[in-house]
Amino acid sequence: MDNAIEGIGLTPYLSVGAILLVLGVFGIFLNRKNVIIILMSIELILLSANINFVAFSAATGDLSGQVMTLFVLTIAAAESAIGLAIVTVYFRNRGSIEVDDVTMMKG
Amino acid sequence: MMTQIVFYVFAAVLVLSATMVVCARNPVHSVLFLILAFFNAAGLFLIAGAEFLAMTLVIVYVGAVAVLFLFVVMMLDIRFAQMREGVQRYAPIGAAVGGVLLVELLMAFMHWRVAGNIGQIRHLVPSSPARTNTAALGDVIYTHYIFLFQTCALVLLVAMIGAIVLTLRDRPTGRRQNIDRQHDRVPQDSLEMLQVPLGAGVAAQGGFLRPRDSYDVAAVPGTYGTEAWRQSEAEEEIQTALVVVAPADGAKGQDNG
Repeated sequence: MDNAIEGIGLTPYLSVGAILLVLGVFGIFLNRKNVIIILMSIELILLSANINFVAFSAATGDLSGQVMTLFVLTIAAAESAIGLAIVTVYFRNRGSIEVDDVTMMKG
Repeated sequence: MMTQIVFYVFAAVLVLSATMVVCARNPVHSVLFLILAFFNAAGLFLIAGAEFLAMTLVIVYVGAVAVLFLFVVMMLDIRFAQMREGVQRYAPIGAAVGGVLLVELLMAFMHWRVAGNIGQIRHLVPSSPARTNTAALGDVIYTHYIFLFQTCALVLLVAMIGAIVLTLRDRPTGRRQNIDRQHDRVPQDSLEMLQVPLGAGVAAQGGFLRPRDSYDVAAVPGTYGTEAWRQSEAEEEIQTALVVVAPADGAKGQDNG
């Protein structure tokens, strides 16, 4: 596939990335009770960053952006694994995953 | 033209499924829409010519991360109805922050332009049509970006160890290897030579014999599952437990406040 982004342009890609970012931020605020959906919203935000990286990489003909995307993918996978482990331990100790309940260390 | 239609189909489904991720009532549906969103993002990557990343996205996200989410959502006993209580309260704040972010991004969109000398920039890694995307990425990752690549590996290792350490419960009731006891065993404890008459079979000897002094409590009849055994196991569990488990009736842990 020789640079099909030529026929589409950079702007639609960036628009999709921006919409995903806004949706992710909105999801973090909307689901204050459920940590798991907050983690999914963070995945959406990272995906929007990835889309921007790939779009610019294809538009400028430089592969460095795709290497960065690979790095971001790794970080996102590690982050969700650790986050879900914390959620599991927290649920085991407290019996809920509500963000508002995380006040144990408040003193 | 065809490429544009495909792009807009993928983009529309991506945005719709991302909306459903944050708005779905049931977290299981959220995870399924997340899978759909990542599939469509992989489609966008394919259109941009990043084949390797598209396949990695499908494998890593749909194959691993989404299944991990699904496992956790289904494993935890969450009351879904209670989850949606604060939505009306938080929706205005979220909409405000999201709207501000969107407006700022639109302003940024209107005022950026590609530099005029973009063609003269010396690319570190020019993508050439002669090599496939995967081969070109492989050329780069193991040469220019070897440090980044190894950092990725280190991050994954730390994440793996961290997840295991966080969720591991030291349960003494699990059967595990006790090397000292294994080494202390002598053949006389567990082995007895019998003279079995020809054609008599083991039934004439009283059936299969249990070891007299067994390593495994389960092998000695009358020791496994008795009340004394259960108490000793419970004591050992309290002494060695890493976390104090909340009562099974769902009572919350005690605050130190």
